[in-house]
Amino acid sequence: MSSDFAALALAVAGLLLVLTLIAQALRARVPPGRRVPGVEAFAARVRGWWAMAVLLALALLLGRAGVVLLFAFASFAALREVATYTAKAREDHATLALAFFAVLPLQFLFVGMGWPGLFTIFIPVYVFLGLSVLSALRGSPARFLARVAETQWALVTCVYGASHVPALMTLSLPGSNEGALLIAFLILAVQGGEVADGLAGRRWRSRPIAPALSPRNWHGAAGGVSAAAVIGALLSWLTPFGVLGSALMAAVAAAAGLAGTLVLAAIKRERGVRDWSHLIPGQGGILDQLGGVFFAAPLFYHLTHFGWAVGGPQ
Amino acid sequence: MPGNPLRRLAARVAGHGIVLACKAVTAVRADWRGVPPEPRQRVYFANHTSNADMPMIWSVLPPELRDRTRPVAAADYWLESRARAFFGAEVFRGVLIDRRPEARIDNPMEAILRALDEGSSLIIFPEGRRNAGPDPLLPFKSGLYNIGVARPAVELVPTWIANLNAIMPKGEVVPLPLIATVTFGAPLRVAEGEDKDAFLDRAAQALLDLREAA
Repeated sequence: MSSDFAALALAVAGLLLVLTLIAQALRARVPPGRRVPGVEAFAARVRGWWAMAVLLALALLLGRAGVVLLFAFASFAALREVATYTAKAREDHATLALAFFAVLPLQFLFVGMGWPGLFTIFIPVYVFLGLSVLSALRGSPARFLARVAETQWALVTCVYGASHVPALMTLSLPGSNEGALLIAFLILAVQGGEVADGLAGRRWRSRPIAPALSPRNWHGAAGGVSAAAVIGALLSWLTPFGVLGSALMAAVAAAAGLAGTLVLAAIKRERGVRDWSHLIPGQGGILDQLGGVFFAAPLFYHLTHFGWAVGGPQ
Repeated sequence: MPGNPLRRLAARVAGHGIVLACKAVTAVRADWRGVPPEPRQRVYFANHTSNADMPMIWSVLPPELRDRTRPVAAADYWLESRARAFFGAEVFRGVLIDRRPEARIDNPMEAILRALDEGSSLIIFPEGRRNAGPDPLLPFKSGLYNIGVARPAVELVPTWIANLNAIMPKGEVVPLPLIATVTFGAPLRVAEGEDKDAFLDRAAQALLDLREAA
């Protein structure tokens, strides 16, 4: 790994240290015996970022196989969260078992091998056609379209989307640029955008974007995307995009991520759950934390591929 | 044989393996809604849709409670092979009851009360068999009432297991990794002079209420 990686790791660790100290300072101001939910949520979020940063750093040190494996596990946990709430019948058991234990590992295998001809179309084409055939063969017509459509939606979001994060490592980039650093860039842009969206939306209140789904508003979204652009420009040394291109790519990624979290909020609202799961203490599930990144990853991958990749896949 | 330290070690390792597998596959989670996870003597009575029900409840109990909790299980199932007997008798330390009256050498109620008198808590499935139908619960057998009358100090805790019929339906071999939740409700006791049917109705309703709220 390059010195860029070391510099990035130090910068992220420094940032998280500052956030941890802020969380502790906020906690210290809370009178003993009382709990302020906002402070606890912030502290939990910072703990979640530490875990994510450490896991990602370890995976990056192990190389592409490590990153592929890390996101395969994250994808598994995310698919489990969505599949818990999707429509299914007794007849879908084999279909869903295949989704978890064949489709998911195959998709990440294709990414690990660097076969974009397969990993970009396997789920949207072959799995889409094949899994609905399998459900049809089992014979139950009850809510058939809802069952196959919801399973497919879960696979595209949780497996296809998640797999396009490590897929960034398969791109051949100009000069000494590395796909591994683009992963950090994407995650920082999307998560930074989400945090800024929350802060700006509370600071400059306005009409919610979709009041029935979420309290988030346009001022927050604008703040989130602008903050992501600034983050992108500051991190342009990680990318082949140039300063302006980095700002633009980060803004696009953050916008896609914010849109994705709104979609996920709609599903949670319909199914009547607050969080996707209780996997991360105080933080909800893997989709509550990384759903936006999964939504943004395919778009980010394709824009990078069309705009900057040189030569074939690695 | 249960006295053999190697076998005891193997049983403990297998037990930890089961807890790990349940948590890794289904991320099973306990919701202690009506009672705290305290080491009091209890009978956890649960809905039964899958063979994985009992290991799930067993897995979400904190270790100090799990060590003192024994499932009441079918001897005709758990003694069918040597491997099952190892799990049923030594890993879960089941109170094994034969469902076939002609094969019984022991009165099932006596075995259950003996386990309670030794200080163990129990896990029981009052429906008596796996529920594969559309109704959320089958009619309860009278065992729960008889326990409540014979040992009134023991807390009867309704325990609702959500999602397991989708995770591992009867006849399937591969479990689906969906998120399972085990919800523990407020404990019941048989009231003074309460008759069997009234109590069993109340117990079934307590279980169904957890399902509505889950």
